[in-house]
Amino acid sequence: MTIKKEDVKYIASLAKLKFDENEIEKFTEQFNEIISYIEKLNELDTSNVEPLAHPFESNNVFRNDELKKSASTEEALKNSPSKTEEFFRVPKVINQP
Amino acid sequence: MISYKNHSEKIAQIKEGKFSLKENVAFFINEIEKQKHLNAFNFIFDDAIKIADKIESKIKAGTAGKLAGMVIAIKDVLAIKDKPLTCSSNILKNFEAIYTATAVQKLIDEDAIIIGKTNCDEFAMGSSNENSAFGKVLNPFDNQRVPGGSSGGSAVAVAANLCDVSLGTDTGGSIRQPAAFCGVYGLKPTYGKVSRYGLTAFASSFDTIGPFAKSIDDIALVLEVISGYDEKDSTSFNDEQKIYLEKISEPQKFKIGLPKEYFSSGLNEEIKKLINNKIEIIRSLGHETVEISLPNTEYSIATYYILTTAEASSNLARYDGAHYGFRSNDASNLNEMYTNSRTEGFGNEVKRRIMLGTYVLSSGYYDAYYRKAQKVRRLLKNDFDNAFNDVDIILTPTTPNVAFKIGEKSNDPLSMYLEDIYTTSANLVGIPGLNIPIGFNSENLPVGMQLMTNQFNELKILQLAKQLS
Amino acid sequence: MRIKIDYKNSPLYSLYILHYTFYILHYTLITSYIRKVKFKIQGLKLLETSKYEAVIGLEVHAQLKTNTKIFCGCSTKFGSSPNSNVCPVCLGHPGSLPVLNKKVVEFTVLMGLATNCRINEKSIFARKNYFYPDLPKNYQISQYEEPICEHGFITIEKKDGSHKKIGITRIHMEEDAGKSIHDFGDYTMIDLNRTGTPLMEIVSEPDLRSSEEAYLYLTKLKQILTYLDICDGNMEEGSLRCDANISIRLKGEKKFGTKVEVKNMNSFRNVEKAIEKEIERQIDLIEDGKQIIQQTLLWNADLEDLFPMRTKEEAHDYRYFPDPDLMPVVVNEDWKIELEKSLPELPDEKRNRFIEEYKLPIYDADILTSSINLADYYEKILRVTNDYKSASNWVMTEVLKIVNEQKIEIKEFKITPENLGELINLINNKIISHKIAKDVFNEMLTSNKSPNEIVKEKNLTQISDSSELEKEIDKILDANPKDVQDYLSGKEKVIGFFVGQIMKATKGKANPQTVNELLKQKLDSKKTFNNV
Repeated sequence: MTIKKEDVKYIASLAKLKFDENEIEKFTEQFNEIISYIEKLNELDTSNVEPLAHPFESNNVFRNDELKKSASTEEALKNSPSKTEEFFRVPKVINQP
Repeated sequence: MISYKNHSEKIAQIKEGKFSLKENVAFFINEIEKQKHLNAFNFIFDDAIKIADKIESKIKAGTAGKLAGMVIAIKDVLAIKDKPLTCSSNILKNFEAIYTATAVQKLIDEDAIIIGKTNCDEFAMGSSNENSAFGKVLNPFDNQRVPGGSSGGSAVAVAANLCDVSLGTDTGGSIRQPAAFCGVYGLKPTYGKVSRYGLTAFASSFDTIGPFAKSIDDIALVLEVISGYDEKDSTSFNDEQKIYLEKISEPQKFKIGLPKEYFSSGLNEEIKKLINNKIEIIRSLGHETVEISLPNTEYSIATYYILTTAEASSNLARYDGAHYGFRSNDASNLNEMYTNSRTEGFGNEVKRRIMLGTYVLSSGYYDAYYRKAQKVRRLLKNDFDNAFNDVDIILTPTTPNVAFKIGEKSNDPLSMYLEDIYTTSANLVGIPGLNIPIGFNSENLPVGMQLMTNQFNELKILQLAKQLS
Repeated sequence: MRIKIDYKNSPLYSLYILHYTFYILHYTLITSYIRKVKFKIQGLKLLETSKYEAVIGLEVHAQLKTNTKIFCGCSTKFGSSPNSNVCPVCLGHPGSLPVLNKKVVEFTVLMGLATNCRINEKSIFARKNYFYPDLPKNYQISQYEEPICEHGFITIEKKDGSHKKIGITRIHMEEDAGKSIHDFGDYTMIDLNRTGTPLMEIVSEPDLRSSEEAYLYLTKLKQILTYLDICDGNMEEGSLRCDANISIRLKGEKKFGTKVEVKNMNSFRNVEKAIEKEIERQIDLIEDGKQIIQQTLLWNADLEDLFPMRTKEEAHDYRYFPDPDLMPVVVNEDWKIELEKSLPELPDEKRNRFIEEYKLPIYDADILTSSINLADYYEKILRVTNDYKSASNWVMTEVLKIVNEQKIEIKEFKITPENLGELINLINNKIISHKIAKDVFNEMLTSNKSPNEIVKEKNLTQISDSSELEKEIDKILDANPKDVQDYLSGKEKVIGFFVGQIMKATKGKANPQTVNELLKQKLDSKKTFNNV
């Protein structure tokens, strides 16, 4: 699998990152090196192996439907780069009804 | 001159009036200032001295907790209410946590004194502590060299005597490798043994929190305090064994496996020699050693990088300039806000891993990379399960080389990743790993050795380490 | 004049039934007229379009009625001040972790059982990754591979009485997003109170063939949800949301056409209207030889039309993967059985029981079981009276009339079912007449008194005592000799006049049946006497 510059640009758009042409070039190169390394895994036959999601396999970890104290609005907005007294504020969302 | 070997000695000396806790904290703060060039701390908490006063009276009244007066530095990826939480990233440079991580709260509840937050690789991604918005951390043994990473600041804080104990986090070796590079003990516990609540996620199914210390007793004591099930972390587990310090000196004999894959060509000769010397000592103490095989070891790095970058790409999506953290000034529309905030806010290594993780999860590649890696993760787990059917402990080097020079690997990510060869497996299979300092090489740089054991069997490696101390 | 009096004396409920019959007749006439006009206009096209069939699948999101959010202990209360029901977890702060609310699992399994789904023993949560400001983590925790419920169905009953099974592909658990408020100049405001509210997504098979079927399916889902008491089912408030995937194809064709997604329909009627509109649009396009483009359309309820959603530039690639912060959910046989046992009686079962046990007409049973609260109200009446049919009549006419007029829920209705039952008993025991009962009913709408109290207080007890009534009858007959003469000469209709006069004299308390009988006796005896 070879990764092209276009692939890197597409991945960057998904990840909401931007790179200039030089960086894209460098990334594409590093990416190909890393990807060809990780493709090492194809040497292994894993057709009868169950995927392992957690090193410790457990299940049914629940909480009861009980109210816990929420943060105050002030705390919630404390770290916000742009806000009003009650709301987080972001640039207008255009792709909306 | 304040000097003690471990926490119980410290408490005894305070009780005897040899020094006050306040003096002790002041000493550390002074040392941090003196060793500022090491850049181990992102933040120092001035309120530590005031707290020291309070705890000192508790000690004298006999009402203090288990960790009374232990001065602890916290890696800056763990949340402490109303304190900065930056993850050494520009994207969180002005962020203050609104709650406290469970592990830190447990320390505070036992009257430990939190002295500050330590530098680290940005979002715990790195093996050299060169990727930090606060600048690189220097190795106290050789300022031209890296301290290791990602918990470089925490390792240095202990090694340079800037605190008693520190907490780091370990996703692929981030406690054990810097512990090895800095000549201190560093324990990565079993996955789920310590609550991750309040630990800024890098790779959720790998991340663990653990202590650095100069004394194995202090490692045991801190582990005792911070471990256990937490209702706020679905992936934490109840611990059968919670008493470590009391049992650490029991003269247990162990069967120890030496995986041949860990002693092959990539390992530095000097390190190999030092480890072999240690193995001789271990045998002489009456333990049995046996060569074992962990056949899938060569696939661990690839598996590790697929899974951790995938998880990271999603875990780090939240840093976008919308609700908290850094927002680019160049954000006239939503997409620009996202893209520019993230592009300006993240460093290169973080971006590289987000990109890699986004790629392996993207449409059409999921099965080939992510699922495949999850399957290999199972194979690796099987390797270790088989090994632990036969042996109690697996002994390996912690790193193939000693601390490398600053800048030496920063342009070659793959070779940097390959440095993690001996440490990533413990995270992939969720078992504990402990770095033991075993001496110095010819350049007077610390060398470490790793002890691993089966899940929740921390006591075994603590006991062996104690026998070797 | 006389006729009017006569009319008033007839039992009240039949009066209303008459009234409604006229109303329905009127309505039917008008709508059929409108249809005819519409048919004339679209006549040709309708002939053309009958060769197509629509293929519709619905994705329904139901907000679950838990106290707390799906992954944290914040309240799910609607209408709190902005950003007040939030915590590090639902704010997506670094280091926070989700812990699953057990009730969400139980509610979803109940819905799965109620809709004949297979309950998967093991199910897992996945992250759906996309950037949006009302989604603070920039991923939604949902289920993707291995959802909790799969392969179910529900049955809908169409207007013509035929039944149809609608397949349910899957039901899964997920978290809701926050709210974006757009009318702030250059900014969008974000309120994260709703973030993390538990949602159940119910995905249907593309089994629906018309807007009517979609409407019936959705109504049925709501009915089941409210019977289970796990969702409010309020589309206007957004506790129930529905997106439709619509395509058309020639009848007999096996392949699906290009599907269009329709969103933003915030009422049951709007779902029907929007689907209708989209089917027409697609048919028009095909008939005009044009292509259908795969896209998302938004329903504008004010303009009653569909508008394309402004599409995002970049492609969607949600990069689903198992959420490493959460452990699998395992619903073992024991747990499933336990939940099965806790299932309440479901709408179809209740309807059939009403028909069988209470001998109600299908029509009555359908209406009474249309909502669990109405059915409960009805059955509470039956704790007091055994007159099933009268109880049904009272509920379907008087009670529902007020409920609809006042736009209230049956739960808010002033008259308790027990009191209504008592009222029915008063009629059946001939204590009061139907007319008086109606007055008492009206009184009960404003007071807290029981019908017995009202009847006693106002002395409304019906006079069935013959001797007392005979006295009144004699008085009236004596006072109106000319009318008596009319009756005797064969104008039997005047009996109505006499009844009216007696009711007036007794202030409506006379038992009309007794009055009738006694009058007839008296008058007929005069007849005999005259003949002699």
